Amino acid sequence: MATDGTPGPLAGDLSDQSPWYPVPYRVDRRTAETADTVTLTLSPAKGTPLHPFRPGQFNMLYVFGVGEAAISVSGDPALPEALVHTVRTAGKISGALTGAAPGSTVGVRGPYGSGWPLEEAVGRDVVLVAGGLGLPPLRPVLYELLRHRERYGRIEVIYGARTPKDLVYYRQIQEWRGRSDLRFQTTVDAAGRDWYGDVGLVTARVPDIRVEPARTVAFLCGPEVMMKFTAQALEARGVTDSAIYVSLERNMKCAVGLCGHCQLGPEFVCRDGPVFRYHDVRRFLSVREL
Amino acid sequence: MSGRSSGPGPGPSAASSVERPALGSRHVLERTEFPSLLRSLRTAGYRTVGPTIRDGAIVYGEIRQESDLPIGWTDRQEAGRYRLEQRADAALFGYNVGPHSWKKYLFPSRERLFTAVRDGRSFVVQPEPVDPTPLAFLGVRACELAALGVSDRVFGKAGDPSYAERRTRTLRIAVQCGQAGATCFCVSMKTGPAVTGGHDLSLTEVLHEGRHYFLVEVGSESGARILDGVPLRPATEDEFRSAVASVGRAAASMGRTMDTNGLRDLLVLNPENPRWEIVARRCLSCTNCTMACPTCFCQTTEEVPDLSAEKSERWRRWDSCFNSGFTAVHGTSVRSTTQSRYRQWLTHKLGTWYDQFGESGCVGCGRCITWCPVGIDLTEEVAAVRTAPGDAPGGRVAP
Repeated sequence: MATDGTPGPLAGDLSDQSPWYPVPYRVDRRTAETADTVTLTLSPAKGTPLHPFRPGQFNMLYVFGVGEAAISVSGDPALPEALVHTVRTAGKISGALTGAAPGSTVGVRGPYGSGWPLEEAVGRDVVLVAGGLGLPPLRPVLYELLRHRERYGRIEVIYGARTPKDLVYYRQIQEWRGRSDLRFQTTVDAAGRDWYGDVGLVTARVPDIRVEPARTVAFLCGPEVMMKFTAQALEARGVTDSAIYVSLERNMKCAVGLCGHCQLGPEFVCRDGPVFRYHDVRRFLSVREL
Repeated sequence: MSGRSSGPGPGPSAASSVERPALGSRHVLERTEFPSLLRSLRTAGYRTVGPTIRDGAIVYGEIRQESDLPIGWTDRQEAGRYRLEQRADAALFGYNVGPHSWKKYLFPSRERLFTAVRDGRSFVVQPEPVDPTPLAFLGVRACELAALGVSDRVFGKAGDPSYAERRTRTLRIAVQCGQAGATCFCVSMKTGPAVTGGHDLSLTEVLHEGRHYFLVEVGSESGARILDGVPLRPATEDEFRSAVASVGRAAASMGRTMDTNGLRDLLVLNPENPRWEIVARRCLSCTNCTMACPTCFCQTTEEVPDLSAEKSERWRRWDSCFNSGFTAVHGTSVRSTTQSRYRQWLTHKLGTWYDQFGESGCVGCGRCITWCPVGIDLTEEVAAVRTAPGDAPGGRVAP
């Protein structure tokens, strides 16, 4: 069931009988990030060990009686005992997830999909660009980069949100911004007078990133249009499209390449993605309604 | 009954008395003895499903006795048109394909995947058992055998358990086509009309010079087992030749053709072809083509909680890339226009299916042509793209 050599759900629970069965996880912590976004910390309800995820992968999260939605894993890959998901209320299912109280149970199946190719970042400068809720799928990358900081060159993070109130991981961002071994820029589309940060699009921050373009790898996550223009700005800086990766979002029901909903050209975004080399998918993204 | 090695290869001589018919061997079953085949299937524990008349169409349903079969009927098909007509003879399988396909038995249009039952603040998953009754598909056409193979690879790659379980219990009795429908193009897709593999038994119905019999060919050990107790005799050279001739007639009477040369690239390179907009003026986005298609596999899930909130069922049902909500992300459809949906369907079926599964998703059965309420014909659409390749080669989308 799993692809790319990823281990599937472990034996011992029902999920080894069918890819469709969710495994119960207890909500240990619920942290409000913004008015409509929360971070859930989950652990297995019956002590079933978690199987590891790779940064960039996602799980199908299930709320009893409501349904299932694809949500990226946003926690630290080195702390597998806590499964962390950041969810924004967008519809019925995500709304039920953001409302999940500590002590309640959600179902999990996964992890699914490709991940960010961290191995390609070794020995190179790394640029992470996140728009809106694009930061949670990139946070596991940042944890890994900082854990093995010596393996990488310069690290530049650009994070954009609509307003200061829409920034997730606010405290953590202060921490990251205080570090001298990475540059973490935040920018918002609009802000009041109490905002001392940048205002504008993430693409506007790309020209002055301090990297060596020829040895840079970039991971982008956010709205498709934002990723397209960010890639364009990176290419203008001399970063090739084979060194740029994007995480795509499509309607997903199954996560195993069967429901058909997430297709983009020949790709099943759930199974072949969600992380793609920009070089491989830009031709599909350039066609309207593909 | 036992002691025979299984698998292909030269079997023991067909002459030995209690021996089962060897793989690849050919026999004659007289029309009058046909009920013995149905009896044998029942004795072996199979539930036989096959062609039967309902609501003015030949659909697949339970076959309890031979009178359930569409004896003496045929189907006349054209783009957007399907009618049953009385035949001049009493053929049992004298039609082509109807609106149903065998996928409904392996991939039901609605299927419960599991039931989640409340357990304190948690829930427990109750697995969904699959009906263990083995099914015998009676009357599988060559194009349909090909479609079953295509589905096997799609569902197999995803590791779908209920499909796999049903599939292993399925016996496939093919029936060779003695005629082709006006919307058939299996010759173009190289899937027929001759049955060449994937069957347990294959029947060729012959009505020739006052005789009515079936040439029976053995495709597997399970097929051979069914023939125990069925009165057969070795086929003569003449009987075999008459059977081959009838399949030849089907090949010669194909109603449609489709040029498949470079088809994958043609479609992948033509996302901006003006033809998509032209076909979209007629397309109703009704999903009929995808429902009738024997290989369309798109599906969606539904969560069905009961009123007590004590349990909640997960169902899946057929979905279609023509549905407006199919690609919705946060309430907005990626493919909001009909032309983008038709392009997706056709490009996937005939093009990107190769990238995903190494073959075409089309078997040339013609159902999507016949059952399109406005008679859109994919062979015509492909030909139109071919004659006016808008943005290819050197278009915006590289292969």
